[in-house]
Amino acid sequence: MAKQPKKKQEVETTGHEWDGIQEYNNPLPRWWLWVFYATIVWAIWYTIAYPAWPGIKDATSGYLGWSTRANVAQEIADADAANAAINERLASVELTSIAGDEELATYARSAGESIFMTWCAQCHGSGAAGAKGYPNLQDDAWLWGGTVEDIHYTVAHGIRNEDDPDARYSQMPAFGELLDEAQIEQVVNYVMSLSSTYEPQDASLVEAGQTVYLDNCAACHGDNGNGDIYQGAPNLTDAIWLYGGDYETVKHTVVNSRFGVMPPMGGAELSEAEIRAVTTYVHQLGGGE
Amino acid sequence: MTNYIKLIALGIITLFALIAANYARDLAYLVNALTVALVAGGLFIWTLRNTDEPVVTVDLSGEYMDGVVRAGVIATALWGVVGFLAGTFIAFQLAFPGLNFDWAQGYLNFGRLRPLHTSAVIFAFGGNALIATSFYVVQRTSAARLWGGNLAWFVFWGFQLMIVLAATGYLLGATQSKEYAEPEWYVDWWLTIVWVAYLAVFLGTIVKRKEPHIYVANWFYLSFIITVAMLHIVNNLSIPVSIWGSKSVQVFSGVQDAMVQWWYGHNAVGFFLTAGFLGMMYYFVPKQAERPVFSYKLSIIHFWALIFIYIWAGPHHLHYTALPDWASTLGMVFSIVLWMPSWGGMINGLMTLSGAWDKLRTDPIIRMMVISVGFYGMSTFEGPMMSIRAVNSLSHYTDWTIGHVHSGALGWNGMITFGALYFLVPKLWNKERLYSLSMVSWHFWLATIGIILYAAAMWVTGIMEGLMWREVDANGFLVNSFADTVDAKLPMYIVRGLGGVLYITGAIIMCYNLFMTVKRSPAVEANNSVVPAE
Repeated sequence: MAKQPKKKQEVETTGHEWDGIQEYNNPLPRWWLWVFYATIVWAIWYTIAYPAWPGIKDATSGYLGWSTRANVAQEIADADAANAAINERLASVELTSIAGDEELATYARSAGESIFMTWCAQCHGSGAAGAKGYPNLQDDAWLWGGTVEDIHYTVAHGIRNEDDPDARYSQMPAFGELLDEAQIEQVVNYVMSLSSTYEPQDASLVEAGQTVYLDNCAACHGDNGNGDIYQGAPNLTDAIWLYGGDYETVKHTVVNSRFGVMPPMGGAELSEAEIRAVTTYVHQLGGGE
Repeated sequence: MTNYIKLIALGIITLFALIAANYARDLAYLVNALTVALVAGGLFIWTLRNTDEPVVTVDLSGEYMDGVVRAGVIATALWGVVGFLAGTFIAFQLAFPGLNFDWAQGYLNFGRLRPLHTSAVIFAFGGNALIATSFYVVQRTSAARLWGGNLAWFVFWGFQLMIVLAATGYLLGATQSKEYAEPEWYVDWWLTIVWVAYLAVFLGTIVKRKEPHIYVANWFYLSFIITVAMLHIVNNLSIPVSIWGSKSVQVFSGVQDAMVQWWYGHNAVGFFLTAGFLGMMYYFVPKQAERPVFSYKLSIIHFWALIFIYIWAGPHHLHYTALPDWASTLGMVFSIVLWMPSWGGMINGLMTLSGAWDKLRTDPIIRMMVISVGFYGMSTFEGPMMSIRAVNSLSHYTDWTIGHVHSGALGWNGMITFGALYFLVPKLWNKERLYSLSMVSWHFWLATIGIILYAAAMWVTGIMEGLMWREVDANGFLVNSFADTVDAKLPMYIVRGLGGVLYITGAIIMCYNLFMTVKRSPAVEANNSVVPAE
């Protein structure tokens, strides 16, 4: 192309003309042609080296033996092999000693975060702050206990699921069928009076509500409403509400009950080392006991 | 006599559309059926009023048919502004999700507006530009009036109806969920009819040409029309769930469906946005520069190489998916071999200006065309590079792809269309010159800076999020969640939106300038008689 301008005067047009447009008879630019040839030669080599040409049943696999699926399998195998020793150790040490072991704890936290993002963030949120019906894992309130062992058991077996016979289980009755409307209104007002964030809608019903509460609710939630981690019964006196603490929501909970489910992560889903890693991660988020 | 046949046909269509509206199973279908009934009914009345009236026949065979081109120019400018506006708005929706207003959920949220934007700019703006310029160019370079009489008007209005049906359908939720092929089955059927008519008008004009040879621009236009017909039909093979509803089911499924979709999707870029617009380039650049085309040989070689190779490049959209490795390899290889054939068009465009480079200083329209060809060259280098599997593993699913598309669409397609509009309006409305050249300069700089802001912002966010997605810690665990990358991209999303604001400002200035050209520029005598060049 660099030589073209000097020769330009010698080039003729093709002799055709359309609406005043003519065409020069310039040759193909040499650099253009050679780069074009080079890409074709490269293409031929590349299709011999890599899987490319389809036949009747299968395609050529290329002399380099390259395959995306084999590459991924290899990368996963390499990563597993590199972490095999530490995973082995993570799965076998005393559960409570992980936090004190600097190397294990660091590993478990980063592995656990990655596992959490894959398996847990859908319900508990990528920051573990939870959502309506899905507990916040960063605070000090634990429905089923916040020690390392408690969290480990919850992760492994889940809650109220039908897949794992060892799942944590409890069921609040739907009091809409057991109490009359007046009693429900009384007990809802009493529950709201326990909370540190809400005032009862009708303070005159609180006293009657306490009787209803002690007869029907205290067995699980405790006489003072402090809850019971052995039955997964929430503390009703704090500012934390899994479904909401306003009048309508509490009434809905009392009438219909709630039945939050968490799937088991043990067995087919996660290995023991992975369960321990995510347990460690959740435990160190802020509320671990 | 023909009027009676028309009346019967329009009456049947109106009746059937009203029956369809009555039985409609979803809102989009209902609105579309009523639109069709309204249009067909209006045409029925209009035809009825003209039936048995005395007809004044004037022999127009000695004149070019420019009315339909004028209409196409107006439609191009208007749809362009609509498409740019939608694009700018959704760019800000991505930066500030609050703009997905609660009261407009299900109608004006990002998911509904995004296909509206892409279809408006590609098919409404680009498609009208292609139809209008191809009608203009094929007449001038064939020295023949458009074949088929009012069929050209049918193509124009039929295409506008397709756009309206598709756009209202998107907002009301009718979509095939195939990128750039969103319109549902009945819109696809209608477009097929319109497109065959388009092919007939174009081909008929070429057949009756008075020039001995077919000009290179027409090769490109013709390859665009034929290939788009093939792509459209195959990718839209689907079975309606009910003839009274908009939903349909694709005949392909799984990876075959993905492959057909990206065979279509890539060649929509290749033949709609590349071959068709190269046709535009091959006429308007030499006309505006008043120079011969650089090389006839190069135009032949790069034309055949381009259309042969482009059609195989689709699989590069599906690297590292369920698509078998061999198909992915072939897609990549053909994309790289495509590099030089694409650049052939750039060389021919730029070198046509040799000997006229001084016009860059004085003629902002030439400047627009040159930067358009420049962006074309950049995009057609970037594309093959991104098709390389190793590069693609970083770039795929990131904003880099969005940046790539827009440097091509805003830079190449937009700028060459603006250049063509500036060329056409004074000619079509018999004006001596444009209303204001300094406004063209303003448009040029606003658009150019807008594109640069857009493309640079998308390179930064694209590469950044690609790197963030693959970032792992010492033990091989991923570091970032998806939301982390969204958070990191915010500043560049605002820059992208500002780029869009500059671009649309330029386009609005253009519309004003073209309007004032028609209204205020000094008139010259009409010159649209059919005369062969030699």
